[in-house]
Amino acid sequence: MLSKKNKLVLLASAGALVLGATTVAQASTLDDTRNRGAVQCGVSDGLPGFSAPDDQGEWQGLDVDVCRAVAAAVFGDAEAVRYISLNAVERFTALQSGEVDVLSRNTTWTTVRDTTLGLNFTGVTFYDGQGFLVSQDLGVSSAEELDGAAICTQSGTTTELNLADYFRANGMEFDPIVFDTSEQTVGGFEAGRCDVLTSDTSQLAALRIQLADPDSAIILPEVISKEPLGPVVRQGDDLWFNIVKWSLFAMVNAEEFGITSENVDEMLDSGSPDVARLLGQDGNYGEAMGLNADWAYNIIKQVGNYGESFERNVGMGSPLQIERGINALWTEGGIQYAPPIR
Amino acid sequence: MSVRPQARPVGQKPPFWRDRAKRALMFQIMLIAAVAAFLLYIVGNTQANLAARGITTGFGFLSNTAGFGIVQSLIDYSSQSTYGRTFVVGLLNTLLVSALGVLAATIIGFTVGIARLSPNWLIARLANGYIEIFRNIPLLLQIFFWYYAVLRAMPSARDSLSLGEVVFLNVRGLYLPEPLFESGFGLIPLAFGVAVMASIALVVWNKRRHEVTGKRLPAGWISLGLILGLPLLVLVATGVPVTWDVPELRGFNFRGGITVIPEFLALWLALSIYTASFIAEIVRSGIQAISHGQTEAAQALSLPRNLVLRLVVVPQAMRVIIPPLTSQYLNLIKNSSLATAIGYPDLVSVFAGTTLNQTGQAIEVIAMTMAVYLTISLLVSMFMNWFNARVALVER
Repeated sequence: MLSKKNKLVLLASAGALVLGATTVAQASTLDDTRNRGAVQCGVSDGLPGFSAPDDQGEWQGLDVDVCRAVAAAVFGDAEAVRYISLNAVERFTALQSGEVDVLSRNTTWTTVRDTTLGLNFTGVTFYDGQGFLVSQDLGVSSAEELDGAAICTQSGTTTELNLADYFRANGMEFDPIVFDTSEQTVGGFEAGRCDVLTSDTSQLAALRIQLADPDSAIILPEVISKEPLGPVVRQGDDLWFNIVKWSLFAMVNAEEFGITSENVDEMLDSGSPDVARLLGQDGNYGEAMGLNADWAYNIIKQVGNYGESFERNVGMGSPLQIERGINALWTEGGIQYAPPIR
Repeated sequence: MSVRPQARPVGQKPPFWRDRAKRALMFQIMLIAAVAAFLLYIVGNTQANLAARGITTGFGFLSNTAGFGIVQSLIDYSSQSTYGRTFVVGLLNTLLVSALGVLAATIIGFTVGIARLSPNWLIARLANGYIEIFRNIPLLLQIFFWYYAVLRAMPSARDSLSLGEVVFLNVRGLYLPEPLFESGFGLIPLAFGVAVMASIALVVWNKRRHEVTGKRLPAGWISLGLILGLPLLVLVATGVPVTWDVPELRGFNFRGGITVIPEFLALWLALSIYTASFIAEIVRSGIQAISHGQTEAAQALSLPRNLVLRLVVVPQAMRVIIPPLTSQYLNLIKNSSLATAIGYPDLVSVFAGTTLNQTGQAIEVIAMTMAVYLTISLLVSMFMNWFNARVALVER
């Protein structure tokens, strides 16, 4: 009898605990972040150039710079970020459940993700496309010669779908070998389990330099899909959506106006009205987002403009050596374009 | 003077909270109500949160086109099939590796368990070494070992190991010829059926004859010969109505025939070998649980050694072996979900992995996956309980 009573008490208290935990009012993401003192940012499980820890254990990369820009805007301190490493399968659930505030993890913007998953893409950090990495001694020079190949890919990505589409459209067959993490995917490719490794071309460049012998593999010329990669936030918090969206726009605008992390202090008295508005000297454009007037100044000072971040992480100043291409500013023949600050 | 409780007038019922049975019932009703309220709250809360975040719910996604490929499928599947079909493909792949794993683990486990008790020093030590090694290394590491260590040792498709140019082995898997049946093949299953019926009749007749006359035929061997021989005889008599689809190297890989992918081989090996080490210990403990006096008594009746095992030791040992054996089978089935680590397309990898991610319907997909494992486990456990009741000794 007593034991049953005890059980009941136990259950009631356990119930109270869960109810208590689940009924926490849905405060705004900005308030949560401020209370925590850090932005929780979902990054990849190690993709050089986009998000990977360096030899000091510090996260570096183009995607990481978005996290740092948001932290600089919110706290005035680009280091106030807590990085959470997520694989392709975990990423959306982690964002939906509130484990991360922003997901900045080479994620392709698609309809389903923007709608049924309840997420919002805030912009495009990198315009990418899917390509194929093949071993040199296969003697293949075009993706159209890949009929019957075994192809390694990562689970839960758009590449898995594009792959099936491409081979069906070209009337070819293939064996998909699907792994959980990019590390295992490379492992399968190196072990010879598959002839081809497919992913976004930027990732292929990063994965290729991780191979034991990078020269043994080549990237085929075909690009079979559009892969606009960008940061993602949850739907239903427009204030936070705006903060993340405009943090990236501030970096792109800064490049357009020629403001860099080095010259930002001099630019404070440049006299240009565009620059004055961006750096918070003319009007307070941060206020409507719950930020200080110097939000964009902090981003540029601590993280740099988009071009600086690109060159440092994936461009010619990095081991990846990816050309700007369509990721150049619209003024320079690319398609990177940010709405004006006014 | 002691205080005595006042006696209740005869015929008056005690209040219900003093009645043990009623009190127990009340607590149970309260418990069920609390659990039900808790579940209702959780479901309602989840739905409200999903709606608030604009996440689509429901099972409608199952009829949408999946759009991705799966490397191994026991039924027709293409990227144009539905998500519902990916569920079935994943489920069948899980069942395949589980069923073959249970079979192999049982055979290896019983062999090693009996070898462990062998009077031969070397055999007993080898069996002991096997158990201690495979029981004490985490399963995931063993799966990686079989997958990466063994995979890397295999030759590429162009210089495959071959057995008579019919069976090929390379880093892409094991390629076997596939039998294609022609008309007239139907006679062979028929012959097989006849042989099985005849064997059953023989065993029954042999048992009766043994009870009456004390004489017995080696019915097991005769049945085996019958079951194997008769279909073979018919096969030859009908002129072998089977052609073989032999795999051949075309382009990158072998085409045609049956392909056993290395992910399957690695997972199957690891699951079987790991679980067999536990089964071996269960078998050993079961046999050792039978007191030696039983064996001596049977020997005193001058039963031959194999009959002592078959009629006295094993039936009693089974009683000890089967319940923990059931748990090992259930473990094996659930452990098969580690497939996702090496890319074997099982239910967790295909459905709770790719399908979940492409559709974003986490709650529905995970609930379905959990329901599947629960159902399989309950069915296996029901069968094993029934089997246990069958072999249990009727005690007097």
